[in-house]
Amino acid sequence: MKIKLFGIAALAAFATACASTPEAVEEPIPAPAQEPVVQDYTPAGPVAGSVEHFVATAGDRVFFGYDRHDLTAEARAVLRDQAAWLMTYGDARITIEGHCDERGTREYNLALGARRANAARDYLIGQGVDPARITTTSYGKERPTCRESNEGCWAVNRNATTVLTGGYTN
Amino acid sequence: MTRIFQLVTAFIASLMVVATASAQEPLRVDITQGNLDPLPIALPDFIGQNEDTADRGADITRVVTNDLASSGLFAPVDPAAFIEDIENIDLRPRFADWRVINASALLVGRVTEQADGRLLVAFRLWDTRLEDQLLGVQYVTAPENWRRVAHKVADAVYQRLTGEAGYFDTRIVYVAEGRGVEGEPIHQLAIMDQDGANPSFLTDRSYMALLPNYSPSAQEITYVSFLDGQATTYLYDLETGRQEALFASGGRGTVSGIDPDGQSLSARFSPDGTRLAVSVETRSGHDIHLYDLRTRALSRLTQHPADDVEPSFSPDGEQIVFSSSRGGGSQLYIMNADGTDSRRITFGEGRYTTPVWSPRGDLIAFTKQSGGMFSLGVVRSDGSGIERILFEGYYVDTPAWSPNGRVLLFTRGEPRANGTRYEIWSIDLAGFNLRRLATGGMASDPAWSPLID
Repeated sequence: MKIKLFGIAALAAFATACASTPEAVEEPIPAPAQEPVVQDYTPAGPVAGSVEHFVATAGDRVFFGYDRHDLTAEARAVLRDQAAWLMTYGDARITIEGHCDERGTREYNLALGARRANAARDYLIGQGVDPARITTTSYGKERPTCRESNEGCWAVNRNATTVLTGGYTN
Repeated sequence: MTRIFQLVTAFIASLMVVATASAQEPLRVDITQGNLDPLPIALPDFIGQNEDTADRGADITRVVTNDLASSGLFAPVDPAAFIEDIENIDLRPRFADWRVINASALLVGRVTEQADGRLLVAFRLWDTRLEDQLLGVQYVTAPENWRRVAHKVADAVYQRLTGEAGYFDTRIVYVAEGRGVEGEPIHQLAIMDQDGANPSFLTDRSYMALLPNYSPSAQEITYVSFLDGQATTYLYDLETGRQEALFASGGRGTVSGIDPDGQSLSARFSPDGTRLAVSVETRSGHDIHLYDLRTRALSRLTQHPADDVEPSFSPDGEQIVFSSSRGGGSQLYIMNADGTDSRRITFGEGRYTTPVWSPRGDLIAFTKQSGGMFSLGVVRSDGSGIERILFEGYYVDTPAWSPNGRVLLFTRGEPRANGTRYEIWSIDLAGFNLRRLATGGMASDPAWSPLID
């Protein structure tokens, strides 16, 4: 009942609006700012085949759950993009660094970081990347991205980071 | 290492002490109990023959006093309370003067410079109630070794009064942590005396150095170096400064199943110093290996898809304890030193890591992570699963035993605004006497030397 009533009221309002004629109002248009003419030689976006290009198009790191080294669906998607980029730029060589949060002892985390790096490496190889182009290392908890003592920080620090080590465009 | 101290025993005969018959028990610190009333001991400055040796005597007494107090087993009496002024250590002290200020033990000493320029440091330890001399010893040494003489005096007092070897004439290798110009973490190996004196760096700041361990001879250490960009086990000769990567490229490539580009981690010496137990990355994870320092052969002890890390020998060399995630979360396991008969020894909630076998053999120190906290504990090595927690905090890592198995050093981390602050702390096996080790700045990964000859 209420809906019908509302419908009628709306129609009435529309009819009223149509009936009135728009009034022409003169408004000042802002003058264009006087800008120096610059010839921009840099293309939009990073240079193809560069580190910045790799990070922008594929993403250089994948994240892991607490005390985990298995790849999430999100991580696999990033690694597929990395593999595609590496197939396009076939000279590029990479080191995958495994990293951990600080909630584990030093040696335990060195081992866990190695597992994370290897998980990323194995997935790239499965996507067709030549194993000879990939090395891995683990920094355990010793090279954190984020230093605060909270879960948000620790989640960022649990990653495998792909670093281009050669064969890319400077 | 050359012996730099000459122990002169004839000194004891220079003063005959007649022990009087008494119903009292001989003076003894009972360190087997949870403790404790620390033993009150008076430590008047060692006397000298002139101003220089008197100053040195005061220096030595300061170091001895600090050593004994740091153990938590002794309570040095305030020198302001002293009544008798010790002028000749070859005369019997006025025992009543020391008893009345409640000093159960009295240590007196004398420093003299010999004709050859060496220092002669003589001391006597007295039981003030039995009026009995407990020790009379003297050391001869080059003047620059006065601190080590002081530690040897403290060790002698500790041993005489507790019945166990001391641990003061020892050194500690650790990781000095810092930040570089761009805030990047720095991890350098450093060495210092047990009381924090004579610190120096063993590695520079250009690469990361972690997880040192002492050899039983105190002449070498192992550590994990990132010199080659990958965690790699190194052997470091403290006498010469020479270091080498163990079973690096080529060497370990000959062992089947080992990832030639993989990491190798913290290596611990067998008690006889001939072998190392070390976790090495393989195709299937990390496994415990044995490295023979004479044949330079690496052999595999465990083969499991889970990570087996952090091996440590039993003091008889027959067994190895390690941590493994083979049962899900990380737990501790003991196996025979040939890799047979692996069995789990921890059963509690949480993740158990960093097992280190006590020099006494009956206990294994560990760190445990549960409920968002870390703890330091000991578990019996007999498989009973009986454990005791000594300390709980935000972060705990890398326990290290004193050579007599009485004290544990460990890395302790506390959260700060600019990142976790790591320091080395010590605690008595009975869970008391928590102290910060006197490192200059941030520090971690302590390795405690054996008693130095």
